[in-house]
Amino acid sequence: MAADAPGEGLPERQAVHWRPIVDEHRLNRTAALWTATTTAHVVPFIGAGALLFAIQPLALPVTLASFAHAWVIPELYAHRGANVVKPKRSKAPAGAERVSVGLLGDLVGHEARDLHARTGLVLERGELGVWLVGPAGALLVRPGGRRVHCYCVRVNTRSGSGATATRPASGDPDLPSGDRIAHLLLALRSDERGFATVANLAFSGARWRVRRRVDPSVRPALDAAARSARALDRRATA
Amino acid sequence: MSRLIRMDHTGHTTLAEWTADDPQAVEAAARAFRDELDQGYFGMVSTGEGQAEQVRELPLDAELVIMRLPISGG
Repeated sequence: MAADAPGEGLPERQAVHWRPIVDEHRLNRTAALWTATTTAHVVPFIGAGALLFAIQPLALPVTLASFAHAWVIPELYAHRGANVVKPKRSKAPAGAERVSVGLLGDLVGHEARDLHARTGLVLERGELGVWLVGPAGALLVRPGGRRVHCYCVRVNTRSGSGATATRPASGDPDLPSGDRIAHLLLALRSDERGFATVANLAFSGARWRVRRRVDPSVRPALDAAARSARALDRRATA
Repeated sequence: MSRLIRMDHTGHTTLAEWTADDPQAVEAAARAFRDELDQGYFGMVSTGEGQAEQVRELPLDAELVIMRLPISGG
């Protein structure tokens, strides 16, 4: 499914040739780095607030402000991650949307088709975990279902970017959302690790943190992906 | 009947249809495929559940060949 050598796998990898290929090891390392960064943001604010209150109880408002910072900063990161699957109104005509969703439905199974109709995201099981693919981003729920990597990734519809500098004649901003997902899904299916390498990581953290920030319509997809990721984990440890 | 389709602003467009025993249709499909590659599209075929493969030549035995656009980090 994936190809590690340069020149193999997704052609788009050439545009980000300096990036190491994303694999299990790199995902775990990224997750550890994000956890360390979050801890480095949270602990000083909590510590400073508690210390200040211990020294001078009248400084309670400052302590509370410090605690608020400790809460808000990780939330802002999670919000950025959740935004990659934020539902957006499509500019494509309704007819084109219907046709694109029909083609997408042909590419996925009944379960994924039903989930897409309810949430706008397509669930795809991969080797790295369970993916939720939207028109402009994807969430990777890792085996076990506790951690989510949020990726910003889009279909190139403008000239001079991506693997080719040629603008496809019919590539335009009015591409229907079903087609946008199908483009991303085919790329993901042909080279999962390449897909994760080409995409920009917006956030990595606890699923509950992302779940709180995503649009309510998207939450059932995240829950379904978590269930599927827990099953993946059970199979791996069996 | 095999089909070559392009995902575009209309949802998708059928570019060619062929059967392996129709040389003219095959030639027209191969030409349409090459034109799309020149435009920057990639040819994709499904190779099983949850799997797809990029193709650089038109696979005559494939039921459905889909032309997709390049992707990049947003």
